[in-house]
Amino acid sequence: MRTPSGHKVYAMAAEYPSAAALYEAAKVVRDAGFKRWDVYSPFPIHGMDDAMGLGKSWLSAVVLIGGITGLLTAVILEFGPSWLIYPVIVHGKPYDWRTVPAFFPIMFELTILFSAFFAFFAWQLMNGLPRWYHPMFNWERFSRASNDGFFLAIEARDPRFTELEARELLEQSGGQNITIVHED
Amino acid sequence: MDGAPTAPEVIESEAAASVERPLARVPLVLNKRNFSWLTERISGVVEQPAPRWWWVTFTITASIAAFGMFCLGYQISTGVGTWGLNHPVGWGWDITNFVFWIGIGHAGTLISAILYLLRQKWRTSINRSAEAMTLFAVMCAAIFPGIHVGRVWMAWYLAPLPNNYGIWPNFRSPLMWDVFAVSTYFTVSVLFWYTGLVPDLATLRDRATTKIKKFLFGIFALGWRGSNRHWRHYEMAYLLLAGLSTPLVLSVHSVVSFDFATSVLPTWHTTIFPPYFVAGAIFGGFAMVLTLMLPARAIFKLQDIITPQHVDKMAKIILLTGSFVTYAYIMEFFMAWYSGNQYERFAFFNRIFGPYWWYWWVGMLFCNMLSPQLFWFRWCRRNVFVVYFVCMCVNAGMWFERFIIIVGGLHRDFLPSSWGLFIPTWVDLWTFIGTLGIFTSLFLLFVRFLPMIAMSEIKIVVPEADPHYASPGEHHPVSASGMERT
Repeated sequence: MRTPSGHKVYAMAAEYPSAAALYEAAKVVRDAGFKRWDVYSPFPIHGMDDAMGLGKSWLSAVVLIGGITGLLTAVILEFGPSWLIYPVIVHGKPYDWRTVPAFFPIMFELTILFSAFFAFFAWQLMNGLPRWYHPMFNWERFSRASNDGFFLAIEARDPRFTELEARELLEQSGGQNITIVHED
Repeated sequence: MDGAPTAPEVIESEAAASVERPLARVPLVLNKRNFSWLTERISGVVEQPAPRWWWVTFTITASIAAFGMFCLGYQISTGVGTWGLNHPVGWGWDITNFVFWIGIGHAGTLISAILYLLRQKWRTSINRSAEAMTLFAVMCAAIFPGIHVGRVWMAWYLAPLPNNYGIWPNFRSPLMWDVFAVSTYFTVSVLFWYTGLVPDLATLRDRATTKIKKFLFGIFALGWRGSNRHWRHYEMAYLLLAGLSTPLVLSVHSVVSFDFATSVLPTWHTTIFPPYFVAGAIFGGFAMVLTLMLPARAIFKLQDIITPQHVDKMAKIILLTGSFVTYAYIMEFFMAWYSGNQYERFAFFNRIFGPYWWYWWVGMLFCNMLSPQLFWFRWCRRNVFVVYFVCMCVNAGMWFERFIIIVGGLHRDFLPSSWGLFIPTWVDLWTFIGTLGIFTSLFLLFVRFLPMIAMSEIKIVVPEADPHYASPGEHHPVSASGMERT
């Protein structure tokens, strides 16, 4: 979809005066049946995931995989050399699997380390970040999204999107400064 | 006619409000500051040109740090003999400083992770700077074990690298555990801290006035745009990082205490060490948080954000952990007596009346056991000078405590012919003072270049952030009975 001036349309967007107004507006847009839309706020709004109809983040599953990877790494790292490749008897202690209590601290640390790395990279990859360019940044008012602005954008790629309906919906839900955001 | 029936209702609700007031919570951000005020005030610290005091202080601390670096270089090029270590005291100020610094870091993680899991909203005012303090303290700590091995260029032996000597680290050694614990701690703290910083870097990017600032903040903000589809995964990651950091922080100082507890020396060989060290770490760390935050809130006029309530709560944590530590000190003496072991008994008798007697009386007894007891009194917790005095006592006291544990455990060997004292050299002294310089310099740089308060988090505790909040003029969605209207 293009505007008369030839710009590609990214979304129809509106600004809301408060977190509460944005929260209510999100419910309206969700109930209208849109799928490709998003809200923008300077902080996470409590309950917004439900208001948008989003489920629980499955990032925790990725972190679980990370934790298991870390634990296995530590098991291989410790038992490999100490038991199989290069056994060394220290303090007359056993060097095979029976030495496992002394290996727990490093297993624990690597479990945490890998989980943390997985969490760190998962939240970026699942969010498509880093991405230094985004059409929303074309809207001048949008710079307040990181300060005190609350925004809602219905994207043009949503199958239900029509300029008229989107604008009406945003107006009904109390949106201000309603505008078309250009893709380029 | 409409006005008549509503009048009693108004009076009733006013009466209800006045009854409720004594139980009402004191707001975490005072004077009803709004979102843009918070952004303005916190970003303003970074955006305005550096004040003169900053340059003066930074010049002094950076010079001290530079001289500390010189001492490190001198020690590396000449040898560990430049320190006062000798038989029987093979661990002196180096390990004392290591435990001191790593302990300070623990308060930052407690605030950022444990208080987050416990839903303590007041943490949002202090978590960012406390986490920064953690990173800088761990950096200072990491210097000492690295250097005290003597031949620093052999430090790679610590890493489990396959090599043609067939040398592998001994994974059963507590010193090896320490390498893993401290490096994991530092790495996870950096990841957690940076994750928290991203939305705030986006704020600074959007406010940047020059191209270079916009570019740099933009790069590190990763293109963050505050999308709720992002917040969803982000909050889960933040929660999980907090959940991972919580057992991690408890493990780190436990592992540090294993360095001592798994040995056979009297005063070191005790099972009480892990919880005792963790409590001591949080105790000393909170004192350092307050040492940094009290001047910062006054200088940058952040009293509406870091309120007397915050200071009060931190003082209470100091009192609590200080009491843990006091209990541990007393229990050590009890166990020494109760064990019937003559070496153990002698070591503890020697702690109070031996050559380092005043370290115990001043450091452990006065600074750590007695001074935090002032915080039983509300006016002490509310008086910043008293709070600052106690924090300074605790900072010093915790250093003395580590010295007593380490050198106190070593200087009287099993054979009286091997007895000796630890005499620090100027290199010892200036290496320690140097790390204080490194720590303060890094903190000053942090305050200059990054938002010292987590803007995206502090905004959540403002009442307007609640999706059910209605401004006074609007219709209130909560009915008189307290039930939410649907």
